[in-house]
Amino acid sequence: MKNNNIEPILKIENITKKFPGVLANDRICFELYPQEIHCLLGENGAGKSTLMNIIYGLYTQDEGKIYVKGEEVDIKNPNDALGLGIGMVHQHFMLIPVMTVTENLMLGQEKTTGLRLGQLSKLDRSTVSKELRELATKYGLSLNPNAYIEDLSVGEEQRVEILKVLYKGAEILILDEPTAVLTPQETDEFFNILRMLVKQGKSIIFITHKLKEVLTIADRITVLRNGKTVGTTTPNETNMHELAEMMVGREVLLNIEKGQPDPKEKVLEVSDLFVMDNRKLNVVNGVSFFIRAGEIYGIAGVQGNGQKELVETLTGLRKSIRGHVKLLGDDVTNDNARSLTLTGIAHVPEDRQKHGLVMGFSIDLNLILQTYFQSPFSKFGFINLDSIQENATQLVKKFDIRTPSINTPVMNLSGGNQQKVIIARELNRPIHLLVVNQPTRGLDVGSIEFIHRQIVDARDKGVAVLLVSAELDEILSLSDRIGVMFNGKIVSEMNSSEADKTTLGYYMAGLTREKIVT
Amino acid sequence: MEINLIIGLSTLAIIKAAPLVFGALCGLLGERSGVINIGIEGMMLISAFTTFLGSALFNQWTGGIFPTNLSLLVGLFCGITSGALIAALHAVLSIHYKIDQVISGTVINLLAVGLTNYIANVYIDPTHLSGVGVFPTIPIPILSDIPIIGPILFSHQPMIYLMFIMVIFMQYLVFHTPMGLRMRSVGEHPRSADTVGIDVNKTRYVNVILGGVFAGLGGAIMVLESVGRFQKLMTSGRGFIALAALIFGGWTSTGALGSALLFGFSEALGVRLQFGDLNHVKVIVIVSGLVILGLGIFLLIKKIIEKEISIKKFISISILIVLGSIIMIGSNYVKFPTFSIPIEFLGLLPYLLTIFVLAGFVRRAKGPAAAGIPYEKQ
Repeated sequence: MKNNNIEPILKIENITKKFPGVLANDRICFELYPQEIHCLLGENGAGKSTLMNIIYGLYTQDEGKIYVKGEEVDIKNPNDALGLGIGMVHQHFMLIPVMTVTENLMLGQEKTTGLRLGQLSKLDRSTVSKELRELATKYGLSLNPNAYIEDLSVGEEQRVEILKVLYKGAEILILDEPTAVLTPQETDEFFNILRMLVKQGKSIIFITHKLKEVLTIADRITVLRNGKTVGTTTPNETNMHELAEMMVGREVLLNIEKGQPDPKEKVLEVSDLFVMDNRKLNVVNGVSFFIRAGEIYGIAGVQGNGQKELVETLTGLRKSIRGHVKLLGDDVTNDNARSLTLTGIAHVPEDRQKHGLVMGFSIDLNLILQTYFQSPFSKFGFINLDSIQENATQLVKKFDIRTPSINTPVMNLSGGNQQKVIIARELNRPIHLLVVNQPTRGLDVGSIEFIHRQIVDARDKGVAVLLVSAELDEILSLSDRIGVMFNGKIVSEMNSSEADKTTLGYYMAGLTREKIVT
Repeated sequence: MEINLIIGLSTLAIIKAAPLVFGALCGLLGERSGVINIGIEGMMLISAFTTFLGSALFNQWTGGIFPTNLSLLVGLFCGITSGALIAALHAVLSIHYKIDQVISGTVINLLAVGLTNYIANVYIDPTHLSGVGVFPTIPIPILSDIPIIGPILFSHQPMIYLMFIMVIFMQYLVFHTPMGLRMRSVGEHPRSADTVGIDVNKTRYVNVILGGVFAGLGGAIMVLESVGRFQKLMTSGRGFIALAALIFGGWTSTGALGSALLFGFSEALGVRLQFGDLNHVKVIVIVSGLVILGLGIFLLIKKIIEKEISIKKFISISILIVLGSIIMIGSNYVKFPTFSIPIEFLGLLPYLLTIFVLAGFVRRAKGPAAAGIPYEKQ
């Protein structure tokens, strides 16, 4: 949509950056035109964030040149970047929770009033918060300047981040995976903000690995893979499959191929289950369902309708107040997590960093979290490190966990590889039931494909699978039967062949069949 | 009512609190910028030592031709400088070499004890080097004549006034200046400070070393305003109590002053009771009344500042104030049995009250999030 007569506002030529052992950026070229939203697409580890950190002055390139408005520039630190009108919203927000919006905004470029004492002058909070209000009104972002960051929602925090870069006079906004933490509704709202910003004259670099978003919001798309530029295209010239292939470097199955289910005996039977949440409110109100060996049962529903508590109850992390859970015919209601694990339940939790892994532990130790006390990992009460390492070496190979070594702490792995560690740990035990909650949240297409494959393979081996996901696509492509959860109840149950997005959407919104028919 | 007793105790409490306050300010600057400092004790001890040495040697070498106060000022300068130098050592160890900050602080504490004891043994003791005295009390005209408040607040040695000024100044600095904003940002979320162009490590260096100046003042005040000379291990744990005062005070200078005064008061009480001329039971009753009254007034002021006063809270606060006053006034009309309690137990009472007050009424404070973690630029 941009004609060639316009000079790019930002141009990057042959940027190369090496880290020990990795060539993060290999001669990357890239142009950003005024008032465009340019999506930078790539898998985790493709070098997107490195490139942006170079433009923002957090890293220095080994080779290559950066031009802003046609002039070559040397960006040594974030202050240089801000001076050139480049602002960045980081993937992990750079806001200080115990300070107010105003304080976060002025940090680094403080306005002062009264006596001029340099660093010891009095902060001018009222002027800045007034300016902030004006700026917020101008761009249609409502915010209370005196609110503390820790009291804000994620969407609001993001608005603060954007206002922060606008306040510092940014013309070029770099947004690093801004939608990773947003709900679908927040994402829509966020896209409206972006369109508004472009209309007001800003140019935006939007980093993501979500294909759908790219096609929705981008003017142009540049794809990176393994630190190299693969190509630049526009949404009109391309489609999801082509982009996925460019990103991963091979054909990617966006919809998993799976055979017909072959369900056998009932593995899990839940009857009339009631569970309370931490606020002592009933959030699961009489749920009954069953899952047979060799089938995937998907639970669809808007988050917060009791799915989390249901999963926690089934995996022994929360007590039910009424009802029964039967595993292979035995009553296991309110058994603890270890006894359920040993009976054959595997759990891939919703928040992998909080509940799935010990972030500071190495991969090999994370792989034996539930079985460390069993032979061969433990003998006579002593840990056997050799067998733990051997176990890890095998699983890393089998599940394609990309890591420098099995002794690497899991916090240094990408999200996709962290999830693979959990999947490897859970599937490597003899199990009857696999409970997966939001298995692919925040992962790139390559990892999503891998994890979906693992789930389907487990089913084919005769494992009963409970899949809870907020992504309707995921539910529809993986499940054999689907239950829709609303207000703590399973309001509808159907075979996946009968299900489609619209029907599920209606049930998820709490409408009944009669209303849908009429 | 034993008004003179209360005035005496309060005055002494302020004097005893002063080293704690200076120590706490040292910790405040460090921890707010993300560097834990458990070496305050050692910094204060070394500063006390150099303060004494500086003033005594200056006096000796000049043959006493200058006024005493000049020698004392030279000592003060030595104390401050050495405090800053030791803090610089802590900064280099924990910021540049990224040594665990608790270990670095411990090293400083051990170093301080060893160094000062050694030099005291081989030099000060054999030469019978004597101190040059202490700063005189300077009553502030007019203000010191106000009844009750005058003698408690406005009739002190100069460094006590300096302490009050510094507490107010630090409250301003931490919460109302660019320097304070940057200091806090570096202590809470250094990466975010880095992204807006703040040099994290430089900020930490500046604050830790400035903190050393306060530790220096804390060590100096013990020599220059009370003891008059150096004694081995004279800080006797005050550096650690200062750290506790900082934490109890919610990492603010005014909060630290408040808790330091509580600790100071307990120390003052212990000192006062050793004279043996007081009825122990009566003193306990009066002090309990005073604590209850003080708590009531504190809560009242706090609620008024926070503008969240409700009828229910107001009633419970009023009950505290009335109860405290009744106990204090009533104690005059009751004949207490003469019953001598061992001094050690009496000394425990204020600490027990302190624990009760802190555990029961002060909200659990949250310290700077990044304190103790060296910053890695990636």
